[in-house]
Amino acid sequence: MRQTLAAALLLSTVSAPALSQTIYPIDRAQILTGAMFDLKVEFPGLAEPGKISVTVNGQDHAQALGRAATYVAREDDKDQSAVTLRDVVIDKPGRYVVKATDGVNTREVAWDVYETAQPRKARNVILFIGDGMSNAHRVAARILARGIQEGKYKGKLTLDDMPAMALVSTSGVDSVITDSANSASAYTTGHKSSTNALGVYADRTKSTTDDPKVETITSLAQRRLNMAVGVVTNTEIEDATPASMVAHTRRRAEYDVIVQQFLDQKPDVIMGGGAANFIPKSTAGSKRGDDQDYVERFKDAGYAVATTAGEMKAASAAGAKKLLGLFNLGNMDGVLDRKFLKVGSVKRYPEQPDLTEQVKSAIEVLSKNDNGFVLMVESGLIDKFTHALDMERAIYDTIMLDNAVKVAKDFADQKNDTLILVLADHTHPVGIVGVMHDDMDGPAPNVELRDRLGIYAEAGYPSYPAPDAEGYPNKVDVKDRLALFSASFPDYYETYRPKMDGPNNPTVAGKEKGTYAANEIYAKSPGAQLRPGNLPKDGNSDVHSAEDSLLNAYGPGSEMVKGSMDNTDVFKVMAHALALGTAK
Amino acid sequence: MRSHSEPRSNPPKLRLSRRRALLALAAGLASGGVRTAAAAPAVLDFADLYEASGVLGLKFSPKLLSLKGASVAMQGYMAPPLKAESDFFVLTREPVSLCPFCSSDADWPTDIVVIHLRRAAQPTRYSDPIAVTGVLEVGSATDAATGFVSQIRLMNADFRIV
Repeated sequence: MRQTLAAALLLSTVSAPALSQTIYPIDRAQILTGAMFDLKVEFPGLAEPGKISVTVNGQDHAQALGRAATYVAREDDKDQSAVTLRDVVIDKPGRYVVKATDGVNTREVAWDVYETAQPRKARNVILFIGDGMSNAHRVAARILARGIQEGKYKGKLTLDDMPAMALVSTSGVDSVITDSANSASAYTTGHKSSTNALGVYADRTKSTTDDPKVETITSLAQRRLNMAVGVVTNTEIEDATPASMVAHTRRRAEYDVIVQQFLDQKPDVIMGGGAANFIPKSTAGSKRGDDQDYVERFKDAGYAVATTAGEMKAASAAGAKKLLGLFNLGNMDGVLDRKFLKVGSVKRYPEQPDLTEQVKSAIEVLSKNDNGFVLMVESGLIDKFTHALDMERAIYDTIMLDNAVKVAKDFADQKNDTLILVLADHTHPVGIVGVMHDDMDGPAPNVELRDRLGIYAEAGYPSYPAPDAEGYPNKVDVKDRLALFSASFPDYYETYRPKMDGPNNPTVAGKEKGTYAANEIYAKSPGAQLRPGNLPKDGNSDVHSAEDSLLNAYGPGSEMVKGSMDNTDVFKVMAHALALGTAK
Repeated sequence: MRSHSEPRSNPPKLRLSRRRALLALAAGLASGGVRTAAAAPAVLDFADLYEASGVLGLKFSPKLLSLKGASVAMQGYMAPPLKAESDFFVLTREPVSLCPFCSSDADWPTDIVVIHLRRAAQPTRYSDPIAVTGVLEVGSATDAATGFVSQIRLMNADFRIV
């Protein structure tokens, strides 16, 4: 036994120095012809310039790619050398084998450079992302918004009723579980990335702005086809999903950097919350680190600025060519709070637009461009509410997403020249397990709440009132409610009831730094039950899961959507529909 | 993960008046015998800090501005301080839990109050409501030691668990 162990140890020490170069873009990267990217080779130790060789299909890289890479002897003052070549473009499709050696170790990766066929199939592309939207959210939204009787739905969601469908896998370079940064980045760049990173391959250096970049669909559509671009969300506009349209950063939390990158890239429509990072730090409510006023800067760059639904509609109706809509200092409120419960920050910001209205105004502005447009629309609070185990709010925001898709589909049906994609960036481990039978207006429960959960035959059907014209039941605290649980949770009090007084806040900071504890406020809810978490103690909410996202597609170019796809293939679908790789 | 939940148990009016009574009591106890004889500190609610609207910046409420320099009492929750024994912490309307992967790490609520204590103290449980009294300071200021920017502060403050 001991000998075997020793042998294994010896083997592992022997194999350790064979640790070799890291090459970005990674092995098996698929690269659009004409799209820019940075090539970087990280050597495991010190590498002498005379011994370094980086070849592309057997040819020295300087000849093959037109310029020589820059050499850095010691990155971050450590014994680690690297070479980087920025803004590489490859115009000829084919297989490219990149081989890097420092004289001792050699490593090679292969890239597939692909072109897109003419003629262009779609004039416009609208990419809808339900952040964290999982199958359970969609089914719950269908039950509430369309109704179900004797096992048959009384109608389909708009996103159900699309001809093309696929399963999309979402893992990133560094982990089987993605976050919203690298998962959205895969859609907007066609390249995999790592947790918290946007528009870059995450390299080993400390700097968050020097990582090898890849080009976004925003830049490609603007640069190659002179198209208009829009980014619409109900989260902070700097949040990972909307930021993925413009950002190149290792760290998604750097909101001030991302605001600057929005200004540099100048999408024609920018709408969401997150005004706090646009206003100078001396202004109450600001979260900037400096005294720059980016609202003024965007105005100087020709943007109309709207802070209410009314101002937004007036600006788009008046023919604004560029529109910045900021409707909340932080995330906008969810639709359940805005339209029905009037809690959260709705009293402070009573005139926040609905996502459907944002999409209408965005299309109104963008469709003026004769070269077409690319629009990303995110219903982003589905994710945030699910993290917070606030399932009713997540379901209502899924219905809102579907309504926004309907607005886009009605627009697309006028000319049949718009590709619509609807999908999630990643999933949550959520499931509908039954129906709670619990009269919330009655006295405190004399039967334990968990025994009021109907399962199998006892589940029956929920008793939400018939939906209104937009698909929303006007009462969520009904007697018979869908029971939707996450399989991942921190310590929290399960109240089995919707949170009528404001979004759920299941945890508070724990006694030990970096840990979390159940929020004792919910201990007072009648029948609340403490659930010890199944996540690490430094987790304060439900987490993402590795299951595939569902993708529904409609319009020209949607025929590529089928079967099982990788998340980087979603970029390819858009690139092919627009013929982004053959334009000049 | 921003949140504004409150328990549903008590009717709102009853709860408010009870809160005010507790605050006044806490203020009296915290400030010691000498100042109990003086006028009780004015009670300031989180809802009173800013005027209703302001996407591009919050406006201080007239009530807040009228109490500048006065002794005030507030109730809220202690956010985790930077170090264990601290004379500086953030008071929030609801208990906070900052989530690294669902939003930015600067995910503070907008209506926070910075508390500068008279004496350094151990933190409480972060789900315990606390009553704080101190002298109200209003206007943008950057803490020299931490770089933390605040708009509303209670100086020379004391707190107790409610």
